[in-house]
Parts: sequence; structure tokens; C-alpha cells
Amino acid sequence: MKTNRRDFIKISSAGVAVAAITPPLVKWASASAKSNSEISEDGLRRTPTYCEVCFWKCAGWVYTDENNNIKKIIGHEDDPHCNGRLCPRGTGGVGMYSDEDRLKKPMIRTNVRGKQEFKEVSWDEALDYVAEKMQKIKRKYGPECVALFNHGTGGKQFSHMLNAYGSANVSAPSYGQCRGPREVGFVGTFGESIGSPEPCDIRDTKCLVLIGSHLGENMHNGPVQEMAEAIDRGASIITVDPRFSTAASKSKFWLPIKPATDNALLLAWIHVLIYEGWFDKEFVEKYTYGFEDLKKHVKNMTPEWAYGITTIKPDVIRKTAKEMFNASPSVIIHPGRHATWYGDDTQRSRLMAMLNALLGSWGQRGGFYKPEKVKVPSFPHPDYPKPTKSWRDAFPDKYKLAGLALSNAMCEATIPTVERECSFRAWIVYGTNLIKTLPDRKTTLKAIQSLDLIVVIDTMPAEITGYADVIFPECTYLERYDFVRASQHRDPYLALRMPAVPPKYDSKPGWWIAKELGLKLGLEEYFKYESIEEVLDWQLKEAGSSLEEMKKLGVKKYDRKYDDLFFTEGLPEMIFNTPTGKIELYSNQFAAAGYDPLPNYTKHMEPPQGFYRLIYGRAPMHTFGRTANNENLTDLMDENSCWINPRVANEWGLKNDQYIWLKNQDDVVSTFPIKVRVTERIRWDSIYMVHGFGHNNKKMTRAHGKGASDSELITRVIVDPIMGGTGMRGNFVTFLVNDPKKEVVS
Amino acid sequence: MRYAMAIDTKKCVGCSDCVVACQTENEVPIGYCRDWIVEVTDGTYPELELEIRSERCNHCDNSPCVRCCPTGASHYSDGGSVLVTHNKCIGCGACVSSCPYDARYSHPKGYVDKCTFCNHRVKKGQQPACVSVCPTRCMYFGDLEDPNSEVSKIMKLRKYKTLAPEAGTKPQVFYLI
Repeated sequence: MKTNRRDFIKISSAGVAVAAITPPLVKWASASAKSNSEISEDGLRRTPTYCEVCFWKCAGWVYTDENNNIKKIIGHEDDPHCNGRLCPRGTGGVGMYSDEDRLKKPMIRTNVRGKQEFKEVSWDEALDYVAEKMQKIKRKYGPECVALFNHGTGGKQFSHMLNAYGSANVSAPSYGQCRGPREVGFVGTFGESIGSPEPCDIRDTKCLVLIGSHLGENMHNGPVQEMAEAIDRGASIITVDPRFSTAASKSKFWLPIKPATDNALLLAWIHVLIYEGWFDKEFVEKYTYGFEDLKKHVKNMTPEWAYGITTIKPDVIRKTAKEMFNASPSVIIHPGRHATWYGDDTQRSRLMAMLNALLGSWGQRGGFYKPEKVKVPSFPHPDYPKPTKSWRDAFPDKYKLAGLALSNAMCEATIPTVERECSFRAWIVYGTNLIKTLPDRKTTLKAIQSLDLIVVIDTMPAEITGYADVIFPECTYLERYDFVRASQHRDPYLALRMPAVPPKYDSKPGWWIAKELGLKLGLEEYFKYESIEEVLDWQLKEAGSSLEEMKKLGVKKYDRKYDDLFFTEGLPEMIFNTPTGKIELYSNQFAAAGYDPLPNYTKHMEPPQGFYRLIYGRAPMHTFGRTANNENLTDLMDENSCWINPRVANEWGLKNDQYIWLKNQDDVVSTFPIKVRVTERIRWDSIYMVHGFGHNNKKMTRAHGKGASDSELITRVIVDPIMGGTGMRGNFVTFLVNDPKKEVVS
Repeated sequence: MRYAMAIDTKKCVGCSDCVVACQTENEVPIGYCRDWIVEVTDGTYPELELEIRSERCNHCDNSPCVRCCPTGASHYSDGGSVLVTHNKCIGCGACVSSCPYDARYSHPKGYVDKCTFCNHRVKKGQQPACVSVCPTRCMYFGDLEDPNSEVSKIMKLRKYKTLAPEAGTKPQVFYLI
């Protein structure tokens, strides 16, 4: 199954336009004509960058004084990701650079894994050590037994190195632990994945429907800005969330759904739209496949049926369905982002996609637009060797529709079994704290203990660095070049990141580390350049710019190659990238693979007496755990709290600001206590906490022991059978008011 | 000229970007702030309301802090902004206690500090740092006496309130509701 973003295909412009690959765009932008002088009026030098504090990658300017002190980072005025305005993390990104707890020197382990004992070594020694071990693994087991886990821009440098070495086992937890089900659900329906930034025309929408998505708290800059703009324009927002989120507080309708019952609500909405005739008949007739099947399927899934499951009143279900229809086609059932909840997540995403199809919002202003991006070719290199083994071999009959590699599956495939010919022998971990990123920590630790080599490349110590054999300290995004950002948007844009200041300590940019390791592995043919500037200049020239130009502009806008951001004249003749060429309400592909061709509601486990469902989420000033030690951001929020409904707090005698420990259904107790926040903003069957706290690596001096970790309490994982995503919201916790460690002593 | 700020509580998501931007722009030491976020929840589940506000010095027309300052360090400046002349401040803290908004803090260097409406930026024709970074564009700054200023325009269109009006301080930060 294709996961690449593919252009809408028009029959009318058949032939050439059918090709998914667009040639390099050479048109020059008319915008950005104003001069971007390198020295600002304050006498500060400004250097272009794009942010790496989260995956939104907003472009900005780094202002430095004559002594190379970073004074501030300001959003790039021409960048559509941020429109000149960074979020608190981008504004406070300098804290990543100034953090005195940073990884400073290459290090090699001197004691068993998990014991943080390392010796500082030279880059040469560290690289030699890794290269030698990798060569040994290659000879003994084959290169495919080395896996890369990566998150963030620099990961591409290492996947190139690993591909050249002979392994294609490259995964990012952002797929299997986050947005994977959404992509598979939308590909399975529209033949198109969502991608990033999501092509949702929020600013022009009349109705934004958020299913558990907490925009505003997840500070995805562009959509948050657009949501504010939509509020100004009088758009209505419908938020489905067991918690009164910030977004819920801005909403016309808040549906405080019983957790794990979303599919019932979505099916009931579909029922109402179809049986009330509140759908776009022309759109459905022209573009969809399987409408009658769907109609029959949802016949008995009435709002009354859903009420008993979701606790959402039937009239609210009808009213909100009508609200969506009245706004259609300027309505967005937002695909969300973190979608790995209950294991039926692909099907939930399918239902969300179907609602958009019924309301005809695909290709419409205020709905979904067709994004474009600049095609930047790879720097020329010989073909990669063809791997003979893949992580998929370990799961012959599972996760058939996974579009990308699954970090959880690669982790599982690391643990040797009798029947498997080869398990992974080495991990290269770039920019992701796998201990906290992957659920089911026991499995992760077991996998780690069976490895011959684990290399961690990061800017900060974290739990994972404690298990590394070798640590390569990378410099922060403010100190390095990376590949240009060429993400999809309404218009195609390029953004450059270049060093604003030289690397601190003995840290090095990712591209340098990957290249040097490649050279030590004898892969010279794949690294035929002195520095990345050479690569960037070549790539940029191919794309109609140059490094010199981008250094001045920072961000460059291109003209769209296709003029159809939205369907312009009525509904054009279209074929979708699905087996039927239609938007598939009924999916033969799902049926053939043994999955429900039409999504169902599955009943999920409920919390036992005295337990509450653990719901986790984000705070706008933090990105996962990676900002937990950033002094600018810990100053805003240095620990998480446990949101508890007053009725529950009362029952337990819990008071605001009291510290408690959480124990889950498998008797796992949080390492650190968490502060109670008694609030009406959460249902009584659930508790909520912000993800990314409760670090137990003492080398993160500000983050250590602050708040509790949700991920250590996520020991029950409900894997999505369709694509292997790890559903993480099936865990239940109870409260311990006394320190469990003390109890053991007495 | 009367500088004022209007903040749209309907759009603010409480992300705290205004806080970080102020800290970096004005070199506010870590652990202190000139602006901050307040969230007020009203009602009981599931009938709830949430108001999110970015708060700071209200640059009051009738400022208790100016009145009680023994050295004249706290004073009214151009456009009615309330400022503290650092080298005239003896750090006695009378103003800190007198402020009904808790908008002032004692800087480790010995003087009292607070929001200046970024007068160093405003003089250059720029917006205050908090306003200029706000992702939701929920803050409006300008001259209330100029009917064409952003702040005058939005206040004509919208309902607004001030904080602790009963204190009689005549605040010049308005919250759009």
C-alpha cells in the first residue's frame, strides 16, 4: 500500500499528471522579494533555521550578538508553518542549546547496560568501536540485523548510512506509536494518506470536528493559529473528549464521551447523516464506492443505540450531525495526529474519513485541500544494496496494511525466538527516547539486553542513553545544517536550517556523524562530499534555488504546479488511488486481508472497581519528554499533575496539590509521585496526565523525578491488527496515597 | 496617547508563548516573569466554562504602585505606561504589596521589575514581544485615543472586562469576552 502523499488525479489532465512523482520545480517565486538583510536593526545577526523542538518544524530566524550569544528566535514571516509566530517551545528553543546537562563528549559504556557508567572517548575511538561491531554483525548475521529507530530531521542522515550498509530496517515511533492508524485509515478510504502538516483548511472552515484531538494543548502551530482564525470567523467547533480540553472550551458542542467508545458515536453520526439525507448526494454518487453497503451496515446504529454506549444523548448526536451537514462541504472531521488508542484505531480513522466523504469535504474550501511540496532530489549515490531480510519476516501474517516500519514490531523482533533465523543484533537510536516512547517497557528492556550493540545519537541524556554502548553527542538544531525542509502545504515551500552558532562542547552534527561512520564502514561511494553544504547546494540548485540564496531567504515559496488547491468547477472527473478508483466506504482490500470491510464498534475493557482509565496528552510548552529539561520551558511547567474529578477525589479524600503514586492494573507503580489536580474538567471514570514527565535519568538535573511517567504505566498494549499500531489507552490506574517504597520497609 | 492592550479570551489557548517571548526579549531571569497565564474553570461537569487569560501589569490610570513608591522610581511614562526606573528603585517592595494584580516582582539585582508594554520596542514602532509572537493573535496593542488603532477597533466590536475593577485602579489591559 502506498503511503506517499499523492496528488489528486484528474482524468481530464490524464497521462503525465498521473505520475506520482513530480519533476523538480524550477519556477521562481514572486514573493519573498523584500530583502532579508543578515544584520537586524538591533545590531544582531540573524540566521535562518527551522525548529526541531517538535515535528512541526516552523521556520525562524535566530538572532545572535557579536559574541555568538543567541538572543532570541523569531518565526519566519514567510513561513506557512508559523506565519512569523513560533510557539512557546520554538521561542524557548534556545534552552536546548544552553542546557548544561547536554551530552558533551562521545562515550563508551564501562559497565552493564542500564548502569550509567561511561568513559569519555575521542570521536575516532567511538566511531571505530561502532564500525567494528557493525562489520562483525554484518559478517555473522547480515546487515539487515541492524535497526534504526529515529525521530526528527537528522534521522535521514542515518537511514542513508544504514541503507548503504545494507539494511532497510528503519522505523520511526511516530508511525506505530502515533499517527500510523490515521494514515492507513485514510489511505484505505481516499487512497491518500494525510501527511504533515495535515491538509486541513481550518482557517476557512465553518465546522471543525475534533475527535479526541486537543489542538491548543498539542501546540501544532499552524492548525492552532488557524483554529483561532476560524473562531474569529464564527466557525463552530465540535469536540469529542472525555476531558474538557482547551479546544472543548472553545467549542459550541463538547461531547464528553465515555472513553473507548468513539466508533459507536462515529457510526451513529453516519447513521443520522445517511438516514436523514444529510449528506452530499452528488459527491457520494460520483466518488464513493459501497454506499449502499454502508447504509445497510449502520441501519441499526441509531443515536439511541450509541447513547447506551457513549453516554452522549441522542439529540446531541443528531444536533451535531446537523451542524456538520449545515456547514458542509466546509467541514473538517479532523484526522487527529496521535491515533494509537484502543487497537481499533485504523477503523476509527476509516470512520472519520467516511464522514468527510459523506459530507463532501474532500477537495473543498474549509475542508481538505490538495497539498503540494517541492521535490528535492537525493544527492547522487550508487544504488543501495538489496536487503534480503526485513522486520516484516518476523510477522508473516500480521499487520498486513502497515505502510511503514513499526518500531514496536522491530523491538519485538529483537528478542530471539527459536523459530526466527535472525533477530536484530544492533540498534541505532537517533533522537528518540525509546524507553519512554514505546509502551510495554518490559519488552523494550528485554530486547535491549539481547543486543550486541546499541548506539544512541542525541543532544540530551535520557533513559535510553543509560542503555547505550556508545553515545554520540549531536549538536542542537541551532548549531547545525540539516536537509532542507520541503513539506507539503497550500503552496510548496523550502526552508533552510543552518548553524547560527558553532557546536558547543565536542558535539557534532548528525550529517557528520553519519558520514564518518559510513566512511569507517567502507561506504565511501555513498558519501562523496566534503560537507553537507555541498549536498545542500546541489539539491537546492536542482530545485531551482541555491544555498547562497536560501541563506538569505531562509524560506522560499514556489508557485503551485497544479492550480487545484480545491476542486474548482463543481466536482471534476476524478480517480482516487484506491483499487476501485473511488473513495471506498466499503473496502474490498480490507476484506481480502481479513479485516472488516466496514468498521464496527468493538467493546473495550472497562476499568475495574477503584481504577480509572489513564488518559494522557500534551501541554503546549512541552514536546514529549524532549523538552523536560529545557530551562526556559520547565520554568513554565516543570511537572505534570493528575487530573481527578472532584467526586472521585472526594471518595478518596484527595486534595489539590497532594502527591500520590499511581498503580496500574498490572501492579506497576509510578516511580515518582504526581501532584493531584482536582478538576471538573475530567470524567469520573478517567484520569488525565501530560505525557513526558517522571524522568529517572539523574543526568537530567531539572527533569529528574519531576512528575510521573504515563508511559511506565502503559503496560497493556492493544495492538491494531490491521497495521500494528500500539493502542495505549487501555490502561487503568488507582491511587496510592503513601509512598509505596516506605510501605515495603515498614 | 493612551497605550492599552486587549486580550481575546475566546482565542487564547494558554500556550505561554507570551511568557517565554517576554522572558527572552526582556532578559527576565529564569524563575521570574512579567506576564503569566491564568485559567479559570467555572461550573460543574459537564456544564463547564473555561476562561484563559494572559495577565501582566495593567498599566493602571490610577496606579497604587506609583502612589506608594517612596523614591519616584515607579512613574507614569509616555502613553500612560507605568514604568520603574531601576536605578531610582531601592527595592523596598511597597509597590509589590500594593498591586492588586501581583504584577511586580523583586529582581535578583535588587530592583522591582514588571511589564513595560515593551516600551523599547514600541518606540521603534514594533509591537510588544508578547503580542508579536502570540500564535493565536489574541492580543491587540495600541493607542486607545487613536480610533484606528487595532486595540480601539477591536474594543468597539467586542464586549470586554477588566480585572478587579473594584480596586479602582482603572486598568488599561482589557479582556475580550
